[in-house]
Amino acid sequence: MRAVLTPLAGAAGFVALWWLAVLAGVADPVLLPSPAKTFRDTVEGLSQGRLFNDLLRTIERTAYSFLIASAVGVPLGVALGAQERLYRSVEFVVDFFRSTPASALFPLFLILFGPGEATKIAVAAFGAALVVLFNAAYGVMNARRTRVLAAKVMGASHGRILFDVLLWEAMPQILVGMRAGVSLALVIVVVAEMFIGSTDGLGHTVMNAQMLFESGLMYGTIFLAGALGYGLNLLFLLAEKRFVHWAGK
Amino acid sequence: MTAPLPPRQAAISIRGLAKAFGRQPVYAGFDLDVRRGDILSVFGPNGCGKSTLINLAAGLLDADAGSILYDGREVREVRIGYVFQNYREALFPWRRAADNIRYPMRRMGLSRGETEARLDALTSQFRVRFDLNRYPYELSGGQQQLVSIMRALAVEPEVLFLDEPFSALDYETTLSLRGLLQEVLKARRVTTILVSHDLEESIVLADRLLMLTRRPTTVADDVAVPLPFPRVAATLSEPGFVAIKARCLHVFEAAVKGAAA
Repeated sequence: MRAVLTPLAGAAGFVALWWLAVLAGVADPVLLPSPAKTFRDTVEGLSQGRLFNDLLRTIERTAYSFLIASAVGVPLGVALGAQERLYRSVEFVVDFFRSTPASALFPLFLILFGPGEATKIAVAAFGAALVVLFNAAYGVMNARRTRVLAAKVMGASHGRILFDVLLWEAMPQILVGMRAGVSLALVIVVVAEMFIGSTDGLGHTVMNAQMLFESGLMYGTIFLAGALGYGLNLLFLLAEKRFVHWAGK
Repeated sequence: MTAPLPPRQAAISIRGLAKAFGRQPVYAGFDLDVRRGDILSVFGPNGCGKSTLINLAAGLLDADAGSILYDGREVREVRIGYVFQNYREALFPWRRAADNIRYPMRRMGLSRGETEARLDALTSQFRVRFDLNRYPYELSGGQQQLVSIMRALAVEPEVLFLDEPFSALDYETTLSLRGLLQEVLKARRVTTILVSHDLEESIVLADRLLMLTRRPTTVADDVAVPLPFPRVAATLSEPGFVAIKARCLHVFEAAVKGAAA
């Protein structure tokens, strides 16, 4: 109970401060609407379907990016991790592009994929795939040596060891990579929705609301994007706990 | 040293074994025969290469020179079992205890029926009373190491290697596991090499005890342990046991001092 109440108290404090700022007239109401107005505008946006559609579109793009990133990053990372010398040779390239802001790649991807859906998903998938790959490779490379030897003594072939030991040993780290990957994919998708010819999505709506001075909607959309990121993170944390029940034991 | 055994009696024949780590030779021309059905303990000072010996024999390390043959065959042609010191890192925590024990039998291609029959036999032979459908991390240390031992024995190995199997366990658990292990090993007549840094344990489990020197490793003494099985707590205070232990301690001290001088 306390685990729920304590964070709720913090959130209530945040809203209270916000309200006080509005009452004190710290900023123009156009720039800083009250929590109640923000709430009203958000509910209205959601119920009229427009904002709800934006939310769905952002989730859809993030999901596609994440699925592509995982489908590429996990097998490639595991394969590279199993060949440590090979991974060391590509490590610099992986680290370099992992450190490159994905937004800097927008123009390049626009040329490659055109100004449509594909570009947004491709950039986000690219960024997320590197994070997933990097974690999967490290998961495999940090596999307990004793377990690999135990499998070897029991007559497991190299292929068997990969599937029966290394993949499982790497699983906790793979899921950590997926969690980081889905968060990054969301970040890139929202930015892409702002700048790469979009007609929907949370990023597009934040931008649009700002330009039209619909500040209630803008704040609401920001909170919605925050809730989405938080929810995704929580979902993956729960999945980790359930699926890799042995982690850390 | 004892004379080489005639081939049919030797489960393992090691000849001219050489192994160095970097420029540090651990073994340089090492010979050893292990009689079929014997439990051989290997005891020596820290870093003398006890574990290296069984890792070489089990094929986990490659020798620089020499041969290790099992009745004329290479290790990969032989069914072996290996129990690691660190059971936490040797068991597969994503598989239930019973599935850990089934794993090597699956790799051998045993039928489901045969696999279950062997699992049941081991369970009753070791008088397992805890639930094998739990995950390893839900079991106590002693239970986990017992699962490791059952997993190693499931393939009915021609040779079993035990690398300090009890060193991470408390004394009470060690005593009970030791008792169970010698009972099962003797009933199944498994040829066993046990590496231990506990002299009492080395003697009480062994038909024969090999005392090693510091590097480069040679045999300081080769001690027969003719005490009758089963060896129980009372065995530890019998004159025969005490005499062997005194002799081994003497050899050990000489081996350690000799190298230091």
